[in-house]
Amino acid sequence: MSETIVIAEIVKGAVHSTTAELITAAQALGSQPVVIVPCTDAGTADGASGMSGASRIVAAKSDVFANYDAAGWAAALDAVAPSGVIIASASPQSKDLAARIAARRGISVVQDVVKIDGHNLTSPIYSGKAMQTVALSGDAVLTVRPNVFDAAPTGGSTEISVVDTTGDMATAVQEFMARASSRLDVAEANIIISGGRGMGSPDNFVHLESIADTLGAAVGASRAAVDTWESIPHSMQVGQTGKTVNPNLYIAVGISGAIQHLAGMRSSKYIVAINKDADAPIFQHADYGIVATWEEALPVLQSTLSAMMA
Amino acid sequence: MSNIIVLVKQVPDTNARIVLSGDRVDLSAVKKVMSPYDEFAVETALQHREANGGEVTAITVGDAGADKVLKDAKAIGVDHIVRIDSSESHDSNALQTVLASVVKSMDASVVYCGKSAADTGAGSTGPGLAERLGWASVSNSISVSFGEQLSVVTPSAGGNARYTVPLPAVVSCDKGDMKVRKPNVKGIMQAKRAKVDVQTVDAPASTVSIVSHSMPPAKPAGKSYDGGAAAAEVAQLLRDEANVI
Repeated sequence: MSETIVIAEIVKGAVHSTTAELITAAQALGSQPVVIVPCTDAGTADGASGMSGASRIVAAKSDVFANYDAAGWAAALDAVAPSGVIIASASPQSKDLAARIAARRGISVVQDVVKIDGHNLTSPIYSGKAMQTVALSGDAVLTVRPNVFDAAPTGGSTEISVVDTTGDMATAVQEFMARASSRLDVAEANIIISGGRGMGSPDNFVHLESIADTLGAAVGASRAAVDTWESIPHSMQVGQTGKTVNPNLYIAVGISGAIQHLAGMRSSKYIVAINKDADAPIFQHADYGIVATWEEALPVLQSTLSAMMA
Repeated sequence: MSNIIVLVKQVPDTNARIVLSGDRVDLSAVKKVMSPYDEFAVETALQHREANGGEVTAITVGDAGADKVLKDAKAIGVDHIVRIDSSESHDSNALQTVLASVVKSMDASVVYCGKSAADTGAGSTGPGLAERLGWASVSNSISVSFGEQLSVVTPSAGGNARYTVPLPAVVSCDKGDMKVRKPNVKGIMQAKRAKVDVQTVDAPASTVSIVSHSMPPAKPAGKSYDGGAAAAEVAQLLRDEANVI
């Protein structure tokens, strides 16, 4: 019988907590998965041993894993993973990796899975405006959206075996350019506070940044804001032609909720909307809606949060 | 001189409302457009031609209705347009197999595509095609510089990474700071007369099949407040009720 394989999510050289969600997703397919940890140092795999529910953990050790290269990583992981259904996180890097591993094996890939029911998998399509359910027949590679499946409980102590592997790198990192600000990117953040054209001026984003710093959040923007103001870069844009995000908390300030924007953030776990227009469509999607100008609401939000986080 | 390929896909207008008919999406009333990220791929392919020479071929997969997206690419400035004839929905394995067989026949040095298509949002085609061709790939490029090799910038944890990418390679494109050129009248006239090279390729059977489409689960109505002072209560609820801060 073929196994289910989880590829641990690696962020900055460590096993990311999302990996525990991948184990739960694997169990929904009906088996205790083998968890493969791509690493340059087998000690990295210790970060997965406490996650219960894995049948075994394999530290796949290779110099290839020092920097991301799709071809090299796919070859090195393909060499280690048994046949079966492979599950990875739906992060940009792991979606890329999943597609390469699937192609290497001549099997299909199903990205952004949010629901598993037997061999039926559901993913958002049209940026979340609709859902698509597909049936799997045979092996495939899946990626699973973060913050959807519950994390497998901690308290396990799964044994780790170490396997050396390698693959040919196709690309090389020439330089790494750290972001000027220490603030997270919207694609990486668990909390996002976004501003729209209702902020009036890009200078007013400083109020969003201040709350973001209090919460350890990322600052995002609507397409209208990015298109209107040169100083708001596209990298901040949340929406169908920007980034699709699903953080635990999304705070939309001065954003009306165009269909384009909703498509990029509607799957967030909790949504707070602050808008002076009570009829703004964003309120239909908000868990907590505040009809107010940002000038009224943000100082109150800032002082309350500062006191809570102190 | 080298052949430059750009993959384009026809998708529903991203501003369109999506409706169901039974358990399938009904797109009959929806305008079809080039997937927005493919516009950045076309622009990058044209810049590659300007820097290194060569000819740009746009490829799509679909039925005759998809010719429009090729004509759009032609109007912007690609040299050749190819449609791989298909009226079926393919899984990623079938689609990439078909694309790989056509790209292999073309003696190309580079393939550009959008970082993902606006309909599926999967982003599998670029890296999957590269693996089948045995080529290098970089996904989600925000900037490409052209030379003997490509120099490609892509987001990475905590910032951006610049990769040296040997050719042949597949690069999937995000917007970055790119401004895309628009078609001019001459381009539109040329596109009208342009002939689509229609090719037929056998696809393997799909092992992933669509069961149904549905609307996203409706969200229960939230709590609403009037006036900025309510932000204090909301902040408390985010901690005590939602447990997200």
